[in-house]
Amino acid sequence: MGSSSLLRIGCAAGFSGDRTDAAAPVVDALVASGGPAVLIFETLAERTLALAQLARRQDPSAGYEPLLDAMLQPVLARCLDHGVKVVSNFGAANPRGAALRIRAMAAQLGLRTPRVAVIAGDDVSGSEHRAMLHDALGAALDGRDIVSANVYLGAEPITAALRAGADIVVGGRIADPSLTVGPALAHFGWAADDWDRLARATMAGHLLECGTQVTGGYYADPGVKDVPGMARLGYPIAEIDANGDCTITKPEGTGGCVDAHTVKEQLLYEVHDPAAYLTPDVVADLSNAGVEEIGADRVRLTGVSGHARTATLKANVCFESGWLGEGEISYAGSRAEARARLAAEVLRERLQGVGTLRADLIGVASVFGDDDGRWLAATRDGGARDVRLRVALRHAERAKAEQLVREVTALYCCGPAGGGGVRTALRPTLGTLSCLLPRQRVQAGFEMLD
Amino acid sequence: MATTTPTTIAVPLWRAAHGRTGDKGNRSNISLIAWAPEFYPLLITQITEAVVARAFAHRRPSRVQRFELPQLHAMNFVLDDVLDGGVNDALNLDSHGKSLSFLLLDLPLAVPVALAPLLRGPASTF
Repeated sequence: MGSSSLLRIGCAAGFSGDRTDAAAPVVDALVASGGPAVLIFETLAERTLALAQLARRQDPSAGYEPLLDAMLQPVLARCLDHGVKVVSNFGAANPRGAALRIRAMAAQLGLRTPRVAVIAGDDVSGSEHRAMLHDALGAALDGRDIVSANVYLGAEPITAALRAGADIVVGGRIADPSLTVGPALAHFGWAADDWDRLARATMAGHLLECGTQVTGGYYADPGVKDVPGMARLGYPIAEIDANGDCTITKPEGTGGCVDAHTVKEQLLYEVHDPAAYLTPDVVADLSNAGVEEIGADRVRLTGVSGHARTATLKANVCFESGWLGEGEISYAGSRAEARARLAAEVLRERLQGVGTLRADLIGVASVFGDDDGRWLAATRDGGARDVRLRVALRHAERAKAEQLVREVTALYCCGPAGGGGVRTALRPTLGTLSCLLPRQRVQAGFEMLD
Repeated sequence: MATTTPTTIAVPLWRAAHGRTGDKGNRSNISLIAWAPEFYPLLITQITEAVVARAFAHRRPSRVQRFELPQLHAMNFVLDDVLDGGVNDALNLDSHGKSLSFLLLDLPLAVPVALAPLLRGPASTF
């Protein structure tokens, strides 16, 4: 039942907040290829779903990707006209809401009504799932104010939806690479336990899932790693063959580059043991993977193998965890660094006993360091002449975190000389618990909106 | 006065390799990819788990593991518990630890003089 022709999958978003003008060149290239093609958008990170749930609490019709219209509207007509399937997790906390929005979008554009499939089963935040979460997390769950709880679903419901004739598949927490594996399974008709091919498609999906991170985005380092046309980076396309191996490329005329080094960096991104990259679909082994430049902006990935998937699915539970207070103030000119360091000392004394205060000297030492200040303490005053002090403190109680905000503001009059440009922020924070759930306790499926 | 010609030169690691950081929870992974296959054996012998653990000592890693990918002339370092709790709990501006690859890439590497033409970037630092 499977096809042996190449399947092209383009990716037009690597996270919520990616460039919204990404899709048009990708769709143009997919259409020009003339073969079967899929467009994916990956828009969920660990915290995105919790934020989406909070948005849905405010407005029951919200909770899906806020930039959905900007991402999809420019290409919806061409995708429907040319049979380019769209598969995405941009449904976030409300896949059905996103699906209804897409149908409304099509109507507004005067297009035919698309067949939109809604993937269900990832959201386990409801009270009926609490016992399952408690079995997995135990006492760690006690007393938590849960905002979201989602299982990472795999490719199967996507495959089923595409086989049922969906033009567009919208889900929430689907594992990033499964957005690619689902269409590949539907297209090639591989066996559900063809672990090698599933693993290869998984790594194709892994290369696609961060958008331009494989085409020169997040790569450039002037004079060492130069990337042309970064203001108009092309988003990636994987050409997947019947064996699951793939070639990564990008639309002609776009900026960026695809070479062995951009592909290697993305291949290992967020990987731990390369012999056991766990997804809901398979355990991928890339320890013998090889990449080869086979043309301009064309890199082939081979050598990936796979093993049987695990008996569990990962789930993330997000909960309200308190408040984060932050403040910044700038010093410039002679002894700027000494004045900034003095301001930090003053804040430490004023906030003693409230909580751990992190102090950073932006321009001197601000990100390599640890929260306990060992790095900064070991960094001697180098006489920097343009320094921004940044401090942060977390607390379960809003009023305590707010104390930091007030103390930074008070530096205007009570701090060292010449401090300016105070900015402060106070916001609620989310915590995350991760656990593994038995597969048989998770019910994943799809609903077709005809 | 007699001088001996050095057989190796010390360079910052970024001249021989590149990398990217990823995060999951309180765990960071940093890839290290040789710019040329000739550099890979140098990375194997010099950029060890112990060397990396020292470079990140202020972050108090509970474990540092190195995985080797010989076909890619690359390795993957996995550092446990170095993100002050991770993206939800850290006070760091860079709570993902995304900048940490550049801390690794500042490590010194001794490179045989004969391989110097394969190094990337300006021959300045060190």
